Order: sequence, then structure tokens, then C-alpha cells
Amino acid sequence: MTTEPVPSPPKKVRNFALLSNRAGAAFLTPAGLLVSVFVIVPFFWVIFVSFTNRTLLGRTALNPEFVGLANYFSLFDPATFFQRGQFGFSLILTTQFVLASALLGQALLGLLLAWLIQTVPPWVKRITETFVIAAWILPEVVIGFAWFAFLDRDQGTLNMLLEGFGLPPGDFLLQQPFWVIVVFNTWRGAAFSMMLFNSAFSSIPPSYFQAADVAGASSWQKFRDIGLPLIRGHIVTDLILITMWTFNTFTPFLLTNGGPSYRTELVSIYNYRVAFQDFQFGKGAAVGVIMMLINLAFALVYLSIGRKKKVR
Amino acid sequence: MKNRMRALALGLIGATSVAIPAFAVDLNVTCRCVIGGVNSGTAQWIQESVIPAFEAAHPDVKVTLNQFGGEDAQLTQQLALDFSTGAGPDVSAFDGFLIPSFVEGGLLKSLDEVAGPEVNDWSGWAALSEGSRSLMEYQGKFYGIPLGTDVRMIHTRKDILAEAGIDADNWQPKSWEEVLDAARAIKKIKPDSFPIQLNAGVAMGEATTMQGYWLALLGTGEKVTDDNGKFVVSSQGILDTLNLYKTIYVDEALGDQRAQLLADGRNRSFANFRDGVTALLFEGDYFYRSVTPEGSEFAVPNRDEVMGWVKVPAQEPGKGIRGQDFVTISGGTGFVINPATDAPKEAWAFLSFMNEPEMQNAFQAIQPRITARKDIEIPNSPFLTATSQALLPLTTARPNNPNYNAVSSEIQRMTEAVVSGELSPEEAMAQYKAAVTALVGAENTVSLL
Repeated sequence: MTTEPVPSPPKKVRNFALLSNRAGAAFLTPAGLLVSVFVIVPFFWVIFVSFTNRTLLGRTALNPEFVGLANYFSLFDPATFFQRGQFGFSLILTTQFVLASALLGQALLGLLLAWLIQTVPPWVKRITETFVIAAWILPEVVIGFAWFAFLDRDQGTLNMLLEGFGLPPGDFLLQQPFWVIVVFNTWRGAAFSMMLFNSAFSSIPPSYFQAADVAGASSWQKFRDIGLPLIRGHIVTDLILITMWTFNTFTPFLLTNGGPSYRTELVSIYNYRVAFQDFQFGKGAAVGVIMMLINLAFALVYLSIGRKKKVR
Repeated sequence: MKNRMRALALGLIGATSVAIPAFAVDLNVTCRCVIGGVNSGTAQWIQESVIPAFEAAHPDVKVTLNQFGGEDAQLTQQLALDFSTGAGPDVSAFDGFLIPSFVEGGLLKSLDEVAGPEVNDWSGWAALSEGSRSLMEYQGKFYGIPLGTDVRMIHTRKDILAEAGIDADNWQPKSWEEVLDAARAIKKIKPDSFPIQLNAGVAMGEATTMQGYWLALLGTGEKVTDDNGKFVVSSQGILDTLNLYKTIYVDEALGDQRAQLLADGRNRSFANFRDGVTALLFEGDYFYRSVTPEGSEFAVPNRDEVMGWVKVPAQEPGKGIRGQDFVTISGGTGFVINPATDAPKEAWAFLSFMNEPEMQNAFQAIQPRITARKDIEIPNSPFLTATSQALLPLTTARPNNPNYNAVSSEIQRMTEAVVSGELSPEEAMAQYKAAVTALVGAENTVSLL
């Protein structure tokens, strides 16, 4: 997955080399070998496997056959495409998940938090940042268990709180599994957007806001007319990055196992199930290839925006 | 300075030589067993009986038991991935039904291929009964040594049946309807209870297929495969079975729907039985042997008084498989050797050692069960004696087919779609048909409708 912007090559190539070309090549070889063994070879291997019916168990494990595009055709078979537990269903589910939890949840919440902590006393700001970032840096398994315990119907903290307020308890993990993982991912990932927007806001010269204060602008007006326009580039960067991360995220598996009845089976979880629970390596590889292509599309958009900024 | 370095080096050498004991061979054994947890008896047996005795007889071998606390399907996943990369334990507990798919996938090799031809000279082979030997056999070769077999029945809570006005000591349902009627009677006096547990859903893995689906399907006179070994993908029997699930979990709420859908559902179903929420639970003798004894997590208080068992009836009398009135199915577990083990001779020595009569008797003392060996005394357990005598003559086995495991997963999905209320039985069966056809090819399936 490409997340780092690659700097565009300078227009005029000038040789600042400290080493001769040969020595440079010699120093690059170990890294090049590592990258090819662990990144490039598996990449092409996955593409190759996706054209076979290779499995881990059964006859096709030892004698896989070349099946051409059959795996891809079965993924996009219109008769089953939209069925629950099939590729199309989880692709649509993932799109909804990205829209709701990344674009609406994480980005909006992050923006709101970043704006609000611009004006609060420093200690409030620090505490808020600590809590939000803690949600981001805690190990996935730990928060998976914590949320599972929090949401349990019979002994869960949330239901205890609800009952304490006289509200009816809910069976969230079974009744509203999709919204559970949306809220979970929003909570989990808002920190990144908040930090990014926070530093973006800090880069705006304070004199802009002071001038607006003198003119009697409200907080909303300052946000709309000064803050937002000046961080537009950061917003685009943020949206693309969190879209890619959310598209590939696997953590909701710790909460719901992709269920009940595939209702939270995101593409990454679908891929895991096909490849490592059903042991259909060929079909799983085909899913992986499609996911790579989608990621590549996101990465290209991201890179082209980065390039445009430099040109300006 | 030089001296200090030398002293440091000598000290390090001394320390490491103390830290690494001089064992020539390390053996790792894995089972889904945890002392004080799941299959506690097996873990206790290996840890406290087998390993000390084996290490005393083979002083140069050190054996370590890995207690795997996850689900069956997770252990299968772990072993499949480990064996495919040449990693994993030297000896592992293994469910016999997985052997064909592992062997065809090149993940298991026959015992004589791994450990040498002397395997065939082991005296224990002759002591295994014909039926139990086949549990770990595929195409005429042995891939492991079976520990024992089992049978399936309905475990009952006699105290709850009695409350509902049923003569629990003499009650033996003769059709599905009689089971449902008893459940309805209980539901009437205890509206919050879930009288029946018939396993369904993906989370319970093979326990759904074996203890749930098969027990119902056999009662319709059908099996998962037909007589030619082709997978039956649409039939009246499948529909009737799915409708039974629908009646229990969707239409009448006679069973705990949540327990079928949640990841820890099987334990929830055990807890339901312990707490008197469930009165009729379809399970193997495993449930009596290993789940409910005194001191275990799901121990049923005053078990000998309140727990009983009845045979699983066919849909209607005489409608079961082979025209039977009652049905059951058996599986078997044992231990296999990792084909990539570094110490095949020692692994075989351990595997055969744990199946010698002395060790098997030690196991019987911890947890009586139906053993694979003929020379082990039938345990002094009225429950096991009665159930094995009544049910072994009626029993069935799963097909010895490398695709069975994958089809079984589709069965679990089909039941989950029905009990969650997502799909009607007809729709679920159509999905099952499509999925199985994609798995095994249309030529290996058959439609009976």
C-alpha cells in the first residue's frame, strides 16, 4: 500500500553523487533484494495464483490447475454478486462503511475537534488530545476486547449505563452490527484527522483571525471564511488517506467476526475468510488483486494531487 | 581489558550451558485442551500421566504440551497453515473427518511414510476395533492413531421436563413433533426459557454440522452425500431439516437464537443447559464426559439426578436413515504426526506410547469414554455403557471425502441463514446448491427434488 508521497524528479538532473555509480549500486543491492523478495515477488505471485484454482486442502492443493479468469468471473457472477456473503455485497458494504465511518465520521469529528481545541485553554487541549490519540495508538486486540466487553448485551458497560438512565438495553452486536463498526472506526481513527487539521489550523497566521475578531466575525464565520479555505489541501489529503486505510481495515473482525450472517463482512474480512478460513487461495488471491487495483486507484489520485500542489 | 573480555566470554558460555539442558530431542504436542478449561481431562492426562511416564522411559526426549484454548475450527486453520509451511507441533490432536482433505492437500503423510515401516509392527493395531481403526484411515493407510469414538443423543433436564408434566424417566420421543411438543410444554410454563438446543450457525463450526444438521437430516432418511458419494444439494430432507430449524429458532422461539449467532455461542448453549434455560440439548457423549462433570465450568448441579438422555427420533417412526426409528452419528478423534517433524522416530514413539493400554487406562481413570482399543475395559460408567449399547448399532459416519470439510462450512452457513431469519429454507437451500456446485463441480452433486 502506498501512503508516502513520492517526490517528483527535479527538472534538471545534476549529479551530486558522493559515490561512483558502481558503489551506489552495490549499496542498493541488499535493499533491492529484500524489496524484491518480500514485496515484488509476492505481488506477482498473488497475481499468478489468482489465475489458478489452488487451495490449501484437498486435491487442488498439490495439483492446482490454470483456470484463467474463472476466479474473477465467479466473483462478478451477476447471479450471486449481491448475495450476502458474496464479493459484491461486501464491496457495497465496504463503500458504505468508508462513507459513514471515514468520510463522515472520522473527518468531520476530527475537523470539529481540531477547530474546537484551537480556542480552549491549553490544559483542556492537551487532555483532549491525549484521549483521542490514546484511542488511536492502543493495540487493536486490546481495544477489540474492550469494545466487545463494552457492548455485550448481558454484562456490557453500555447497557449498564443505559439502564442506569432508565433507557432500554440493546443487543448492539447482533441487532446493529454495521453501526457498531461504524462508530467504532470513527472513534478509533478520528485522532489522525484531528492531528492533521490541528497542525493545518496552527499554520494559519494568527493575524488573520485577529483581523476577523476586530471586524466582529463569529466563530462559524471565521471557520467558514478563513479556516476552511486555507486548509482545503489538507482536507483532500486527509480524505484520501483515511479512505484508503478504512477500505483496508480488518479490526472490525475482532468485534463481530464479520457476522452475524456476513452483515459486517468488509472486503478485507471477506478476503481473509475466502483465503484463510475456506482455504481457497486462488479465489482469495483474485480478491486480493482487485483490492490492490482499488488501492492503486486511490494512490494515483493522491499522488496526482500532490504533484499538482507542487506545480502551483 | 582483554582479561575482562575473556572472563565475560567464559561466563556467558558457562551461563548458556546451564540454561540449555542437554536434551537431544524436543517434542511438541498440541491439543485443543486446557487444564481447567476445554477438554480438561485430555490435557490433564497428557500433562500428568503420559509426559512424565514417557520422559522416564526416554530420558533424552523432552515433551512439551501446547494447550490450545481456541475453537476447533481455529485449530484446524492453525494446523493447515503450519503443516503447509513445515512448521507446527510434532504430534497433534486431530479430528478424523479432516484426514481426507489434509492428505489430498499433501499436508499429512501416512505414519509409515513419516516414521518408517516399523510403524506397521506396532502391537496396538491388532487391539483397535475395525470400526475405530477406520477413523484415522484413508485409502488403506493410517494417518494417526484414534483415541476413541462417540455417539450423539438428546441430553435432557429431567427436573424441567417433570415440571412441564412429562414423565421424564420414561419419556422417549418418537418423532420430531413429540420433541417439539415437549419443548412447547416447557415454553408454556417458562416463557423466558429456550427449551431446545439444536446447533446452527457458522460460529460453532463442525459442531453445527455434526450435532445439529446431521442429526436432523438423518431423521429424514437422507445423508449429506448419496450412495454414490455425490453431494445432495437439494432435497426434501434438506428442506424439512431447515424448516425444523425455522420452527425452533424463528417461528416459535423454542431455541436461543442468539447462541447460534454469537462467536461464543456454543459455550452459551452449555451455560443455558446448566442454568436450566435449555432442557433438550442435542450433543455427543462428549457433553456428559467432558462438559458437565463436577468441577468443570458447565457442571450441572446434582447431575445424576437431573440429567438424562433420550435417543434422537427420526422425523416420523421408520423414516430415518436405513428405515430406522432413531438416528445417531459418530466421529472420532486421535493424534497425528506432523509430516515435517524433525524427530519422526521419537514422535512415533510418543504417539504409540500414549495409545498403549497402560496410558489408556490412565485416561479412563480421569475421564471414561468409548475407547478405540478392544483390550481396554469398558469404563464403569452406566451412562457410557447404556448409550454405546443403544446407539452404536444405529450409528452413521461422515463421508470420507476430501471436500467434506468445505461442504460442511456451507452447511453451517445455510443453517445460519435460516435461524437468523435472513432467508427462507428454500432460498437458503438454493444458495447452498450454488455454493456446493462451485466447490465440487456439478458432476459431483445431485438434486433429489
